[in-house]
Amino acid sequence: MTLLAVRELTRNFGGLIAVDTVTFDVAPGTVHAVIGPNGAGKTTLFNLITGIYRPTRGQVHLGGEDLTGFSPSALAQRGLSRTFQNLQLFFNMSAIENVMVGAHLHCETRLIPSLLRLGGMGESERVRANDARRLMADVGLESYVGAEVSAMPYGALKRLEIARALASRPRILLLDEPAAGLNPAESREIGQLIRRIVGEGVTVVLVEHNMRLVMEVSDRVSVLDRGRLLAEGTTAEIRANSDVIRAYLGTRSAAGGGGTADA
Amino acid sequence: MRTRRDFWILAAVVTALPLFFPNRYFYDVAILAGINAIVCVGLNLLIGYAGQISLGHAGFFGLGAYVSAILTSRYGWPPAAAMAAGAVGVGVLASVVGRPILRLKGHYLAMATLGMGIIISIVIATEDRLTGGPDGMSVVPFALSGITLSGERIWYWIIGAVLLAVVALAQNLIASPLGRALRAIHDSEVAAETVGIRVERVKLMVFVLSAVLAAVAGSMAAHYSGFVTPAKVGFFRSIEFVTMVVFGGMASIFGAVAGAVALTVLPQFLTLLKDYELLMFGALLMGTMIFMPRGLVPSLAAMLRRWRS
Repeated sequence: MTLLAVRELTRNFGGLIAVDTVTFDVAPGTVHAVIGPNGAGKTTLFNLITGIYRPTRGQVHLGGEDLTGFSPSALAQRGLSRTFQNLQLFFNMSAIENVMVGAHLHCETRLIPSLLRLGGMGESERVRANDARRLMADVGLESYVGAEVSAMPYGALKRLEIARALASRPRILLLDEPAAGLNPAESREIGQLIRRIVGEGVTVVLVEHNMRLVMEVSDRVSVLDRGRLLAEGTTAEIRANSDVIRAYLGTRSAAGGGGTADA
Repeated sequence: MRTRRDFWILAAVVTALPLFFPNRYFYDVAILAGINAIVCVGLNLLIGYAGQISLGHAGFFGLGAYVSAILTSRYGWPPAAAMAAGAVGVGVLASVVGRPILRLKGHYLAMATLGMGIIISIVIATEDRLTGGPDGMSVVPFALSGITLSGERIWYWIIGAVLLAVVALAQNLIASPLGRALRAIHDSEVAAETVGIRVERVKLMVFVLSAVLAAVAGSMAAHYSGFVTPAKVGFFRSIEFVTMVVFGGMASIFGAVAGAVALTVLPQFLTLLKDYELLMFGALLMGTMIFMPRGLVPSLAAMLRRWRS
C-alpha cells in the first residue's frame, strides 16, 4: 500500500539538476525520512512534492491521484500539509490565531457569509478556538495560547508550525528539519511528538540532519546525494549501507547511530 | 465584544455630530470626510490587512462617479440603477485587471496600480463627448422612487448610514476566518498557500471589494456635489486615499475612518496652506512612516494600553 508515490521527480535550475529522477513510496501510517548531506536536494524535493516548485519531469501521486503541478492550496485540500525549515509563521498574529489559520479549509470562507456573519460564525469560531487550544496542548504549547508569536522562543515556534499544520487535519505531514536548532532534550521531545502524530493515523515524511532522531522515529529512510537517490531502506539497512557511509563521511569508518551528521 | 463597542461609539458620534454643526459648511465637510472614509475602509482591507498596495483607487472612485454622471444625465437612467451599474462595472473591471496585477509584489504592484489609475483618469479626461473632458460635467441629483435627495442634511444621514454599514461589514469580515486569511497573506503568502488558502483568489476578492466600495463612494460624491471633474479622480486623489489609510493606521478599520476624517477636515482649517496641500500630504506621509509607522489609531491604542497597565 502506498499513500505518497514520488515518480522520477526531476527539477533543473538552469544547468543545475537539484533533484534528479528521484523515486520512492511512502506507506500510510509510517514515518519516512529523507536524509543527505547539505545541498543534496532535500528541501527542493519537499518543495516539489508540496507544489511550491513545479517539477521539470516526473510525478507526485497522493492516494492514487496524480497531483503533479498542483498548487500548495490544492494539495492542502487533498490532505497534504507541511512545515518549513526557516519558520514561516504569521508573525503579526497570536499563537492560537496561527493554529486557527491552519484550519482554514474547514471554515466558512465565502465572501458574503463572512461579510454578513451568517451561518453561526460566532459559534463555529468558538469551536475552532477550542480545537486550536487542544492542538496546542497536544504539542506541548498550552502555556503559549495567547502569546504573540514574536515573543515566543525558537523551540516553541517549531512546535507551533507543527500544530498549525495539524489543524488542517492532514493525511500526510511533511516536516522540513523539525529538530534544526533544538537542543538534545528538545529534539527527543520532537521525536516523541512525531511518533504520537503517526499513532493518530497521520503519515509523516521527514527531512532531518539529526541522525539520532531519524534513526529513532523512522520506519524507512531515503538517502539523497547530489540530487540523486543513493539508497533506500529500513534504518538498519541504511546504517549498514557503505554508499551512505561514504557520502556522509568520505571514509569507510562506521556510521554509528548517534550524533549529527553535519551542521 | 470590543469590536461591537467600537461600532456603537462610531454610531453615536455620527448621530450626535450634527448637534454641534453651526452651519451647512460643517455638514459639507463631514459628508466629504464620510465619503473618503468609505473608500478608506475598503482600501485598508486591501492595504492594511492583506498587505497589497494600490495607488490607483481614485480610478475606481472616478469610474463610479462618471458612470453615474453619464448614465443619469446623458441616458436618463434612474440614479440607483446607474450607481448599481457603476459598482458592477467596476467590480468586473477590477477582477479582470486584478488577475494579472495582483501576481506582482511590492514596488511592482504599486507601479501597476499607479499605471491603471493614470489610464482611467486619462480616458476620463480625453473622452470629452461622454465625460465633458477636463471641464467636467454636471450630475442630476439622486432620486429614489420619485423623491429627490438633495441638500447637506439628507446627504449627511445617507453617507453616515452607508459608512456605518461598511464599517460593520468590514468588522464582520475581519473577525471571520476569511479575515484571518487576509492577515495571513500579509505575513507569508507561502505559508498561507500551504494551509489551503487560495492566495490569488483571496487577494483578487478583496481588491474587487475595495474597488466596488470606491465606485459606490464615487457615485455618491457625484450625486451629492452635482458635478464631477477629472481633477477630482486623478493620481493625487489616489495618493490622498493611501495617505489617509497609512496616517490613520494600517490594519485598523477605525484607523481608516480617523485618517479620512483628519485629512479631510485638516486642510479646511488650514486654508492658508491651501496652495501647499500636496506638500502637506507628503510631509505627513513621511512623518507618519518615521514617527508612528503603525498609524494614528493603533499607536494611540497601544499608548492607552501601556498607560492603563
